[in-house]
Amino acid sequence: MGRLLTVTGLTTEFRTERGIVSAVKNVSYHLDEGEILGLVGESGCGKSVSQLSLMQLIPTPPGKIVAGEAVFMGADLLKYEKNSKEMSQIRGKNISMIFQEPMTSLNPSMTIAKQMSEMVLMHEKVTKKEAIERSADMLSQVGIPDAAKRLEDYPYQLSGGMRQRVMVGIAMICNPKMIIADEATTALDATIQAQLLELLYEIVGRYHTALVMVTHNLGIVARYANRINVMYAGHIVETGTVKEIWANPLHPYTEGLIHCVPKLGERLLPIKGMPPSLIGRPPTCPFLSRCQYRQKSCFEENVADLTYVDGGTHATACNVRLKEAGQ
Amino acid sequence: MISYIIRRLLYAVLIVILVSVTVFTLIRLLPGDPIEILVSQDIMQDAARDPEYYARLRSEYGLDKPIPIQFINWFFKMLRGDFGKSIIRKFDILGEMKSRIVVTLSLGIVSFIISNVVGILLGILSAIRRGKIVDTVVTVIANIGVTAPTFWIAILLIYFIGFKLKLLPLYGYTLPWKDFGTSVRQSIMPVFVMALGPISMTCRQARSSILEVLNQDHVRTAWSKGLTERKVIFRHVLKNGLMPVVTLQGTMIAMIFGGSAIVETIFVIPGMGKMMVDGMLSQDYPVVQVVTLMLTFVVVLANLLVDLMYGWIDPRIQYE
Repeated sequence: MGRLLTVTGLTTEFRTERGIVSAVKNVSYHLDEGEILGLVGESGCGKSVSQLSLMQLIPTPPGKIVAGEAVFMGADLLKYEKNSKEMSQIRGKNISMIFQEPMTSLNPSMTIAKQMSEMVLMHEKVTKKEAIERSADMLSQVGIPDAAKRLEDYPYQLSGGMRQRVMVGIAMICNPKMIIADEATTALDATIQAQLLELLYEIVGRYHTALVMVTHNLGIVARYANRINVMYAGHIVETGTVKEIWANPLHPYTEGLIHCVPKLGERLLPIKGMPPSLIGRPPTCPFLSRCQYRQKSCFEENVADLTYVDGGTHATACNVRLKEAGQ
Repeated sequence: MISYIIRRLLYAVLIVILVSVTVFTLIRLLPGDPIEILVSQDIMQDAARDPEYYARLRSEYGLDKPIPIQFINWFFKMLRGDFGKSIIRKFDILGEMKSRIVVTLSLGIVSFIISNVVGILLGILSAIRRGKIVDTVVTVIANIGVTAPTFWIAILLIYFIGFKLKLLPLYGYTLPWKDFGTSVRQSIMPVFVMALGPISMTCRQARSSILEVLNQDHVRTAWSKGLTERKVIFRHVLKNGLMPVVTLQGTMIAMIFGGSAIVETIFVIPGMGKMMVDGMLSQDYPVVQVVTLMLTFVVVLANLLVDLMYGWIDPRIQYE
């Protein structure tokens, strides 16, 4: 599998009245062609912002990408101007996004046909008629019955699950190299959520599309992803394959997350405390205040860079665990 | 849809009747009456002081009857298409109106179109360049435009541009198909004065509602599709952001035609507004009644059109 995306040192900040919020701090990761990567963390940990930064969809001001590079198919996305021609060649054509809110993510005053076909017309040299045919075909591929008729509908005439299927269809219609699903199923009820995840899994498999699943639900990621990045307070604190992370979590936060996945007959163990404020945080480990394994040295040392253990695919940013592993 | 339009038209008739009753009554409640003014102008001063002559004139115009009877008489005459005559100046109201309504409509429609085009464009510009110099300048001008009184702006324009700099004619109006050049030169100041308020209000409304739509999720989706800025703004933001602007246009039409009274008086333009003001000053009952009726008609019709526009803009709106 070829390397599709390499992100290095991505740092995104928001200027607010109370100070500068470091939403994403020195984040580095990579994605291979056709790979499914889970990006897990709690609300406000920067997982969405890191993905929106790639697409340069951060509202500026107040947001600003202050450092880092994101090399996608050989070119650094962050070098492009926000709404430049190059960036619009990337958006939708090479990387597309599915957002969390199915009720508001579609334009309420435009038919499904227009919202789907405008994407094809933007990126490919096709006639309107061909674009509409492609839309109808895509719509039936995402499991919407009677697609040709549904094309004429407005979003308000569809249910939440149907709308999210339309979003998947829009994301896939130009056959992109990579899809970012930003909490794509969070707002749906459990049965619809399962259907949609299966659909997404099946469709990216069929077209060999890489998928970044952004979610706070470790259970979902464990089922579908090849690798997992765990984010906390703007940092990636652990990365590894699903097996590695599930069997042998190397960061206390990941361990806490695993305990939070509901299992039948077991009590949930919540992580105590609240995530730290992202304004003016000291360079120590961000999980320090909630960590049950913390040592005296943790209060003095800077947080470790994400470091691979034993030269493998499993990396952690926990000082204590790295010392234990002899790194 | 058709039943909705019919129902709205019935409401419109009701509103027109209510306004007529109100105007009819109010103008009669003012001290004095047109006969007094007519008599005071009379050359036959001796006859004028004769109370019998006065009473005869009053009954000649039917003003001696109780107000409800007067209204019914007038109303049925109107239904038959008899708009009556001016008491003071004796002209036939319908004939006089025919020549004047063209003047007011041509000025009003030009002002309305300009206020929409300029107001919306400035609103968009100011919204998408939020916080930049363009935005600040537009916002300041729009605030001045909303607050500055029309007559004051008109007087300043006449004094500086017309009188001091002698760039444009001070007053008067020529229909565009009579003499286009003169018409344009004479229109610039009145149209500017008429459109300034509506431009400013439309601009402010457009700016704020576009800013609101710009932050909506579906616009982020549009960006994520790789659409160009122009497509995002014109296809996705504008249609959803124009809803409140369209609502405002009903009021703007009322403002433009209501404002024609002031503007036509200041620039001495022979239109409906001037006719109404002249009628009011001389308490020329029939003139005031008919002119207000026509203006009410225009405003009510404009609001109906605005409501029908919603259905085109927002597919979720169904007319029942």
